[in-house]
Amino acid sequence: MAEELLRRSFEVRGGDFDKAGDTSGEVRAILIDLGIDPGVVLRAGVITFEAEMNVVMYAEKGTVTLILTEEEISIDVADKGPGIPDVDLAMQEGYSTASDEMREMGFGYGMGLPNIRKNSDVFTLETKIGRGTRISSLIRLDSYD
Amino acid sequence: MRCFRGTVPVQIRREPGRQGERRGANPMTLAAIRDLLDCVVLAGEERLDTEVDTAVAADGMSIVLATPHPRALLITGLTHIQSVRTANVADISSIVYVRGNRPNAQAVELARSKGIVLLATRLGMFDTCGILRDSGIKGAG
Repeated sequence: MAEELLRRSFEVRGGDFDKAGDTSGEVRAILIDLGIDPGVVLRAGVITFEAEMNVVMYAEKGTVTLILTEEEISIDVADKGPGIPDVDLAMQEGYSTASDEMREMGFGYGMGLPNIRKNSDVFTLETKIGRGTRISSLIRLDSYD
Repeated sequence: MRCFRGTVPVQIRREPGRQGERRGANPMTLAAIRDLLDCVVLAGEERLDTEVDTAVAADGMSIVLATPHPRALLITGLTHIQSVRTANVADISSIVYVRGNRPNAQAVELARSKGIVLLATRLGMFDTCGILRDSGIKGAG
């Protein structure tokens, strides 16, 4: 495995709609400062933003971990929450269990997890009912050489 | 434990350079769009010389995030601060709020800090989109 060049972790509080988006903003700023390709920054930002919103909307709390190596960017989002009862259904575009409050913020259209997967080169989701969900996304940097 | 694990097909990866090259035939400055839609400028007065040639219209922010359109104009009725956060994450240059809706001061301040231009028009979504399309702005995604 390639040497870690950077590792940062961020705590996200469930239900904290005022702060929702702060972490993805920080991740984006870090990657821009490092001179990462704008297309990669865009993808990493979307992944982090959608995952962060899922934590805020559905979980009690979560941790976002950003790891950068020379070869890839890893974004890992682990939450303490209800878990996802039907992963296949949740991965379908348009499926959502969002509340009216979530939709008033422009989310809950059933695009979150599909957007994360679409922007990942490798995507992994693990969930346990009553315990939580962990999403791991990798973006390979070599595809931009 | 339920688990989804997989490698995303190669064909949906972005290629370098593609995202910034959505240049259209008739880019417009945000100042021209302000005049065309009779907008009030809420943030980014100093950036009205920015040119855009593509736009995306949606109230759903995940829909905006679903397809990349950097430096595009976002047309929305959603005035929640998440509209500005979405624009920042999606590298969108400017937002036109329709139907006379306006975001709160916190959202305007965030837009200023991120360099995002905010405009507000009394026109509805349909008319706003139609006028911009007739003027040569392309749909994004």
